[in-house]
Amino acid sequence: MKKQRLLIRTVILLLLGAAVAYTLYANFTKDEVQKVEVGKKAPDFVLTDLKGEKHQLSDYEGEGVLLNFWATWCKPCEKEMPFLNNQYQAYKDQGVHVIAVNVGESNVAVSDFSKRYDLQFPIVTDKDSQVMTAYGVDPLPITFLIDKQGNVVEIHTGQIVAEADVTEMMEKIKP
Amino acid sequence: MITLSENLLYIAFILYLLSIPFFGGAIKQKRNLDHQQNSSKWSTIGIVISILGFAAQLGFFFTRWSIAGHAPVSNLFEFTTFFGMCLVGAFIIIYFIYKTPLLGLFTMPIALLVIAFASMFPTDISPLIPALQSDWLHIHVTTVALGEAILAVSFGAALIYLVKVIDQTKNSKSTTWLEVVMYGLIATLGFVIVVSAFSFADYKAEFNWVDKNDNEAKVEYHLPALVGPNQGELLTDGKMEPLVSVPGIINAKKLNTVIWSFGAGILLYGLLRLVLRKRIGAALKPFTKNINLDLVDEISYRSVLIGFPVFTLGGLIFAMIWAQIAWTRFWGWDPKEVWALITWLFYAAFLHLRLSKGWHGEKSAWLAVIGFIIIMFNLVAVNLVIAGLHSYAGS
Amino acid sequence: MNQVKCDCGHVNPHGTILCEACGKIIEDGTQITAEPVIDMRYEGSARRSQTYNKSMIDKVWNFFSSVKVGVWLIIVTLIASSLGTILPQEMYIPTIMPVAEYYEDQYGWFGRLYYDLGFHNLYSSWWYLLLIAAIGVSLVICSLDRVVPLYRALKKQRVIRHESFLQRQRIYGITTGSVSDQSYELVKEQLKKKRYNIREDNGNVLAEKGRFSRWGPYVNHVGLIIFLIGSMLRFVPGMYIDEILWVREGETKVIPETDGQYYLKNVDFKLEVYDKETDNEAFGDALDNAGMVAKNYQSDVILYKTKGNTVAGDEPELEEVESSSIRVNQPLKFEKFALYQVNYKLDELFKMSFLLTNKSTGETFGDITINLNDPEKLYELDNDYSVELMSYFPDFEFGEDGNPTTKSRVPNNPAFVFKMYSPEKPEGEVSFVAIQQTIEPLGDNEYKMAFNGIETKDVTGLTVRKDLTLWIIGFGGLIFMIGVVQGAYWNHRRIWIQRKGDEVWVAAHTNKNWFGLKKEIQLVLAGTEIKEPMDQMKENQVDEGEKD
Repeated sequence: MKKQRLLIRTVILLLLGAAVAYTLYANFTKDEVQKVEVGKKAPDFVLTDLKGEKHQLSDYEGEGVLLNFWATWCKPCEKEMPFLNNQYQAYKDQGVHVIAVNVGESNVAVSDFSKRYDLQFPIVTDKDSQVMTAYGVDPLPITFLIDKQGNVVEIHTGQIVAEADVTEMMEKIKP
Repeated sequence: MITLSENLLYIAFILYLLSIPFFGGAIKQKRNLDHQQNSSKWSTIGIVISILGFAAQLGFFFTRWSIAGHAPVSNLFEFTTFFGMCLVGAFIIIYFIYKTPLLGLFTMPIALLVIAFASMFPTDISPLIPALQSDWLHIHVTTVALGEAILAVSFGAALIYLVKVIDQTKNSKSTTWLEVVMYGLIATLGFVIVVSAFSFADYKAEFNWVDKNDNEAKVEYHLPALVGPNQGELLTDGKMEPLVSVPGIINAKKLNTVIWSFGAGILLYGLLRLVLRKRIGAALKPFTKNINLDLVDEISYRSVLIGFPVFTLGGLIFAMIWAQIAWTRFWGWDPKEVWALITWLFYAAFLHLRLSKGWHGEKSAWLAVIGFIIIMFNLVAVNLVIAGLHSYAGS
Repeated sequence: MNQVKCDCGHVNPHGTILCEACGKIIEDGTQITAEPVIDMRYEGSARRSQTYNKSMIDKVWNFFSSVKVGVWLIIVTLIASSLGTILPQEMYIPTIMPVAEYYEDQYGWFGRLYYDLGFHNLYSSWWYLLLIAAIGVSLVICSLDRVVPLYRALKKQRVIRHESFLQRQRIYGITTGSVSDQSYELVKEQLKKKRYNIREDNGNVLAEKGRFSRWGPYVNHVGLIIFLIGSMLRFVPGMYIDEILWVREGETKVIPETDGQYYLKNVDFKLEVYDKETDNEAFGDALDNAGMVAKNYQSDVILYKTKGNTVAGDEPELEEVESSSIRVNQPLKFEKFALYQVNYKLDELFKMSFLLTNKSTGETFGDITINLNDPEKLYELDNDYSVELMSYFPDFEFGEDGNPTTKSRVPNNPAFVFKMYSPEKPEGEVSFVAIQQTIEPLGDNEYKMAFNGIETKDVTGLTVRKDLTLWIIGFGGLIFMIGVVQGAYWNHRRIWIQRKGDEVWVAAHTNKNWFGLKKEIQLVLAGTEIKEPMDQMKENQVDEGEKD
C-alpha cells in the first residue's frame, strides 16, 4: 500500500517535472529555432543572376554550395564580400560554389555593388522573397553551407569575421 | 433624441441620490422577531426609487444605443456609466436576497461617485473604429462590467463590516487604513467637484512646451496649472502660471489633474473631520448599529462567489476570444489584460483563503477592499496613465 | 498504515478523523475536532498528504498539496505580473533603436534597470514561467490529494449518523415530546418539493441535494490544467506560427510557412474615414474633437494555391482559391491558417517621374518614369538623349563616410545618381537627385532632372497565424467555466432527521451559504411539530440575526 502510494506519487511528480523542464527548455531555445535545420535537406530554389543565367540548387548536387544572403545596406555583408570573393576563386576548381542571394533589391543597386567589389561569383536576386521565406531568413547576413548531397551542414548567422573562416567553410563542403 | 438620452441619465442620477436618505431611514428600524421578511416602509420606498433610477438609466443606455448605432460601451464615459448601472443592478438583486437597506446606504453613493466620475470625461457619442466593430463589443464589455459590478458589491458590504467592527476608541492601524479608504472615496468626489467647477467656468489655458523627443507641442489645460509641462510657455493671458515644471516624459496635464484631485480630497476630508469632530469611520459607525456582522460577511463573500464566474467569463474568456479574432492572439500581456489577470488571481486567492475560518470576517473585508482597488486601478490608471492597445487614454 | 475500524463497523483509511460512514469521531484531539463545531471540510476524511510524510517524494508532494502554498503562489504571480506593466514590454515598443538603448533613452536609469533585470520581457522569463508551472503542479497535486478521499467519504456516508457527529454540526437542534408520523411525512414531502434526495433508514432521514457542486472546484482545476497544457504545446514545432506578410497593391506574394503552397494577391487596399456630412450626425461633436477617425479599412485579396510542384524562386502556376476582403475582426481562413488585417502603409512611393531639362532654357527633352522597386539601368529618349541610372538608393541616407547609402529596399526616400547624355554632352553629366535636393558633384551641369510627379500604392500588413493549440485552450476554458459555475452557483446541502427515543434530532450542513440553508430549513419544517434547529456559531440565537 505504502509502496504503491510512493510509486504513484513519484511517477506523477516525474511527469510534472518533465513537462516543466520541457517548457523552460523550449522557451529558451525558441529564438534559435531555424526554419531550415542543420542535417536537413536544403530547400531547392531557382533564381536568375545578373547575367541572365538561371541557377537551380539541385543542379549543384555532387558539389558543395556556400549560400549567402545579403543586401547592399547591410554593412557586415559588405565586409565579408571580399573574403567570399577570394575564397570563391580559390576553391572553384575544387567543386565548391558560391551563390549570393540578394534580398530583392533593384538590379541597378545589385550590379552597382557587384561592380564595386568586382565579385566573380553568381549573384542572384530573390525578387519576391520566395527563397527568403523558404529559408526563414530574417537578420542578415546569413550563410548556409550545403554539402554535395544537398544537406545543410552548417548555418552561420552574422558576419564572417575572417577570411580564414571562409576557408574552413569551403573545406567542410568540398566534395 | 440626444437630449432625451442625456436627461434620462440625469434623472437616474437624481433618483439614485434620492434613494439614499430612504435607505438611511430604514436602518433605524429594528427587525421584529417574526419570520416574515419585514421590510420597513422606508426601505421599500428606497428600493423602489432605486429601481426607477435603474430603469431610467436603462433608458439612457438604450436610447444612446439607438442613436449611435452600436452598444454604448465604447469609451471611458460609456463604460463607466454602464458599470455604475450594473452596480445598482447588482445591489438591487442582492437586496432582494438579503433585504439589507444598509447595503444601499453604502453602495448607492459609490454608484453615484462612479457615474459622476464618468461624466468628467468626454461624453460625445463617437463612432466605432474598425477594431471595435464586432458583436464581441457587446458581449465582452457588458459581461465584464457586470462581473466587476457584482464584485464591487462585496466592497460595499466590506466597508459596512469594517465600519462596524473596527474599534474607533483608539488609534490603530485599522482606523488609519479605514480613513485612507474613506479619503480615496472623498478624493474621487474632489476630482468631480474640481473638474466640474472649472468646466462650468470654462477655464482654458494653453501652453507651448517641448516634449521628450525635443519636439514643440501645444497643450490645453482645463484646470489652473499647479504643475506645468516641460519648458512650458503660457500663451493664454491672465491664467495661472505653473509653480513647478516636470520633465517631458511625464504627462503634466494629467499630473496636474491628479494633484488637484488629491488636494481637493485633502481639503474636503479636513473639512469633514472638523465638522464631525471624529474620524469618518467613527462618524459612520452608528449607522451600522443594527446590522449583523455575519450577515454582511456573508453578503460580501456571496458577491464574490456570484461575481467571480461572471468576471471570468466576461473579462477573461470573452476577452480572449475577441482578442484572437481581432488581434490574432488571445493573450498579449498588454497592461489591461495583465491587470484583468491580476484581478482574477486576486479574487481566486480570496476564495481560497475563505476556506480557512481564520480568514472570515475582518480579514476578508480588507481583502474585498483591496480587490475593489485593483478593479479601480484597472479602470482608472490603466486606461488613463498606462498607454496601451486597450486604453481609452485621452488627456 | 493501519486502517481504523469504527464502532459502526465501517473500516476507514488510516488518518481518518470522522468515520466515513457514521461520522463518529475516531481521532480526537486534532484541529478538526478541537472546536465545539467540527470542521466539516473534506468530511473529516484522511487527506492523504497529511498522513504520509516520510520520504523526500512525500515532502515535495505535501508541499504542493498545501492550499497555503497555492495561495502564496497566486499572490506572488499577481505581484510579479504587475511589475511588467510599469514600463511597456518589449513587444510594444517601437523598433527605432536597439532595445536596451530604448529603455535607457526613454526612462533613464530606471529604464536601464528595468531592462537589466529582464523585466522588459517579464512574461517569458524563466522565473515567471516557473511560477506558472508551480501553480500548475499545485493544481494537479492539490486536487488529487483531496478529491479522492472526499469522493470516498461522500459515497460511503450512511443515513444514520453517530450522536457526536450530529451534536457538533453547526446547525443542530432537538425536539422533545411526541412528533406525529404526520409531521414526519409532511417534512419529507416538503423536502421533496425542495428537490432533496431522501434516503431513509429505519425511520431516520438523510435529505441531500447538490452533491455535484462539491466537484466544481476539481472540475475547474482540471480545466485550468488543460489550459496550461495547451499553452505548453505551443512550443512544439509546427503547432504555432506567427509571421508578418506585407503585400503591395498589385503584388502577389508567397504566404510564409505554407511551404510555398499558397500565394496572396493584394488587389486593393482601402481606408475609409468617418465623414461628418454623410455619417450619423450624432458623431458630429466627437469627430470635431478627434479629427480623423477610421471607419473601415480592408484588403481585397485573392488567395491562390500552387498547382503542381514548384521550386522556390520559380514562377509558380497558380489557381485561384477564393477572393475576399480581410478586415479587423474578419480574418481570411484557409486550411489551418488565418490571415489577419493588422497593419497598413498608405501611399508608399511606387513610381517617380523626371523631366530631362536644360537648366538655362527650361526646355524639356523627354520624361522618364522610374519604377522604384525595379528601376531600369538606362532610359532612352528621342534625339540622342538618354539617362543612365548609375546608382539607386531607395531609402537614402548619408553614410558615415559621407557617401550616399540606403537603409533598406523600401522606397521611403529615393535618391538617384543620374548620368544625363545629350548631344551637347555626349560624355554625360552626373547629377545626384534626392527628394528636395539635387547635388552636382562634378561641377555645374547644363541639364538637370526635374521632378515630375509620383505614383503611390498602398501596402497592407497581414499576420499569418496558425495555432493548433487553440481548441485545447478553448476546451480548458470551457471546462473551467463549467467547474466554477458548478461550484459557485449551487451548494451541497444535507439535513439529518433522526429519532432518538422520544426525541427528534435535526442537524444540517452545507458547504456554503448557511443563510440560504437556514431559510430553507425554516420552510421545510413549517407546519410540522419539529422545532427549528439552532445555529451553534451564533451568540445571538435569534435565527439568522437581525436584518435591516
